[in-house]
Amino acid sequence: MPIKRKPHLSATFALLPTWFVAVVVFIGTMAWSIRLSFTNSTLFPSSTYVGFTQYVKLFYSAKWLASLQNVLIFGVLYVAGCLLLGFLLAAALDRKIRFESAFRTIFLYPYAMSFVVTGLIWQWMLNPTLGIQASVRSLGWETFVLDWVVNRDMAIYALVLAGVWQGAGLVMVIALAGMRGIEAEQWKAARIDGIPVWRIYVSIILPQLGPALAAAGMLLAMGVIKTYDIVVAMTNGGPGNSTEVPAKFIMDNLFGRQNLGLATAGATVLVLGVITAVAPFRYAIYMRNRAKGAA
Amino acid sequence: MARLHPNGPRPTQITAGRIGLYAFLFIAALFFLLPLYTMVVTSLKTMSEIRLGQIFSLPQTLDFSAWATAWSGACMGTTCVGIRTGFWNSVAITVPSVALSVFVGAVNGYALSLWRPRWANVLFGLLMAGGLIPYQIFLYPMVRAMANVSLYNSLAGIILVHVIFGLPLVTLLFRNYFVSVPEELCKAARVDGAGFWRIFFEIMLPIAVPMVVVVSMLQFTGIWNDFLLGLVFAGRDNLPMTVQLNNIVNTTMGERNYNVNMAATILTAIVPLAIYFLSGRWFVRGIAAGAVKG
Repeated sequence: MPIKRKPHLSATFALLPTWFVAVVVFIGTMAWSIRLSFTNSTLFPSSTYVGFTQYVKLFYSAKWLASLQNVLIFGVLYVAGCLLLGFLLAAALDRKIRFESAFRTIFLYPYAMSFVVTGLIWQWMLNPTLGIQASVRSLGWETFVLDWVVNRDMAIYALVLAGVWQGAGLVMVIALAGMRGIEAEQWKAARIDGIPVWRIYVSIILPQLGPALAAAGMLLAMGVIKTYDIVVAMTNGGPGNSTEVPAKFIMDNLFGRQNLGLATAGATVLVLGVITAVAPFRYAIYMRNRAKGAA
Repeated sequence: MARLHPNGPRPTQITAGRIGLYAFLFIAALFFLLPLYTMVVTSLKTMSEIRLGQIFSLPQTLDFSAWATAWSGACMGTTCVGIRTGFWNSVAITVPSVALSVFVGAVNGYALSLWRPRWANVLFGLLMAGGLIPYQIFLYPMVRAMANVSLYNSLAGIILVHVIFGLPLVTLLFRNYFVSVPEELCKAARVDGAGFWRIFFEIMLPIAVPMVVVVSMLQFTGIWNDFLLGLVFAGRDNLPMTVQLNNIVNTTMGERNYNVNMAATILTAIVPLAIYFLSGRWFVRGIAAGAVKG
């Protein structure tokens, strides 16, 4: 139970700056942005309301539609790739191997680096004239092609590759921690029954890691919606619109193209996207906690 | 082959599965290390060697001139002062931002979990929701508001922005930490006449040192690696290293100096990497603590 006597002036006072941030900065600026999205603002905010015109314009914009499609492809492959590779790495490290901590250090270090750095490294590795492609060709395989960053159809997969390289370690850490928490008894029982190791991982370990992996997946998915730096560093949205993403579309219209109304409409759509993505999860957790509380 | 495990507790037999396991791990390690290796060897080559198109070959001679250029002579558009200004800007931005946000976060966590004033849960819920929302929706009004109080494009401004956007995560971590502190500790101190701040500084903060370390590292790497906020709020004189790095690499005219670019990239990555390699376990704890939000 909380300490209840007189109102705690000091505690209330100490939280005032945070109240300011929550109410004025978070809610206030969001309301302002949403209001702007219903006006015809361009370089400066205007107070001429135009209804949903900006939203209609947004969804007629080829660039916006392309960026939505791109972020969807990138997001699904990136999250799935990180979860899969991270889980496999954790399972491999869980098999009582030598040099475990060295391997773990190697798999996680990219996560410490910024998206800008990650994007620039992979841009260089995938450079078609001097990168991996040139090296492999000089070994004698003349027709080898690895031109993802300059190829319209493949550029988005270059982003996925770089993203998975950076993010898989996070999933590995979380999954490994979960595996270490599983009781040895379960292992013994399963081994006595003669169940093969891979089956144990798929049918016994994986279900128990569900909540941890879901948390990791959520974390990665939140990152997907904010994807900006890595695109700017690696491809700057090109070639063509092939790696444009919503966050970059909004930034470009906000600060480059002076199209405030359209940018804030895009940002509002992005926020709605986050809410629809997160709400079911939060609801599930809320219900589970309530069920626990009642039991 | 048994010699491989001279003093292991339970010698494992070498089976095809074991070999496959190690093969997988080594290939994975190669995949993760190759970019780092490439970056280092490229930075040590001369441009004429790079033009040979052998990205993985070792440099013929160790040539550190690209590093010197990256540090103090690389060009961003027309100014050629290297990435060192960015480095010092990043230091000037990151250090105060981390110190401030850890302090505010610790006070918040302490007040929210052990004092629980009126509406505490509402505040916490608002903060958590704020942490989920993409920055893009806050940016324009924040720029205007900060311009109104002359904080836009200033060092103080970008520090304030980092503290604000760090609040949700930092508060969450400290709240979860202080929730596990026995409430009797706080009650006993109050009976002895200690107030809110005295309990915080003399009892709670010392208890929370491990969390302070974890959060500091998390915030340090996060703020050092930030690109978006620095780009928007820092202003031309305070651009952090990540923004300057991107300008050096992606806005050069004429031939690209890949060796200089890679040297600059390493220099930008070196600070968070050093934190990671020197304090691996703490870093992992930070990630784990940050990940278990749900």
